[in-house]
Amino acid sequence: MKLSVVVNEGPYTHQASDSAFQFTKAALEKGHEIYRVFFYHDGVNNGSRLTVPPQDERNIQQNWTELGQSNELDLVVCVAAAQRRGVLDESEAKRHGKDADNIAPGFRISGLGQLIDAGIASDRVIVFGD
Amino acid sequence: MSMEEPENTHPDVIKKFMYVNRRAPYGTVYALETLEVVLIGAAFDQDVSLAFLDDGVFQIVKGQDTTQIGMKNFSPTFRALGDYEVSKLYVEKESLEERGLAPDDLLEITYEDEDDDWAEKPSIRIVDRTELTKIMAAQDVILSF
Repeated sequence: MKLSVVVNEGPYTHQASDSAFQFTKAALEKGHEIYRVFFYHDGVNNGSRLTVPPQDERNIQQNWTELGQSNELDLVVCVAAAQRRGVLDESEAKRHGKDADNIAPGFRISGLGQLIDAGIASDRVIVFGD
Repeated sequence: MSMEEPENTHPDVIKKFMYVNRRAPYGTVYALETLEVVLIGAAFDQDVSLAFLDDGVFQIVKGQDTTQIGMKNFSPTFRALGDYEVSKLYVEKESLEERGLAPDDLLEITYEDEDDDWAEKPSIRIVDRTELTKIMAAQDVILSF
């Protein structure tokens, strides 16, 4: 089945991102296709490469990056939600006159249209939130 | 890259999309950011509806005044949804009653029915919990934020 996953909460405070990650991993292991993972609301914070969790804890951003890169996943961070919360890639940072960017490897920033497109193109959309 | 017009990679597919609003308009950003999805999503010409239940019914209460909390009152945007061809706003009857609200407390939201000589009709439809369950079951995509 062709699936898309929506992550509406940030890392660590809520379990949503962990659950979405475990779900995505399990779906891939079962042979399903993941069309897109879309990060919205505080979920955009999953895509910041500047998080530094304690060493004996899971690294949520790194988990997503690794799963994304080894399965060629389309990990999309919503641009409007990301700008509100300070998640920027190089071109967004430049455009808004900021001195740094923080988007993690394997993630890309794009518009909300990518969420609707995922709904149209996928057999199922699974939303992980609070 | 990011600011370009949303691209619909499947122009022939029309699905039933439902946005479920469960949260109060202020206190968290969910309601505002959900409305942003609805407005962007309108460009994709899908069969769109909104559901308001739990505290989500407060989003469309009329007479909202946010001047004292330093936030933008975005409730007038709901009245513009008809212009985006979003004309089905299902409001759960029990959620209204549980909060002491009546249909008269809600914004007047209308759309122009192109199949009926552009007659102006109310977009809000009060449905009970059982009815809403059936409407939800008939959807292709349910986005709940």
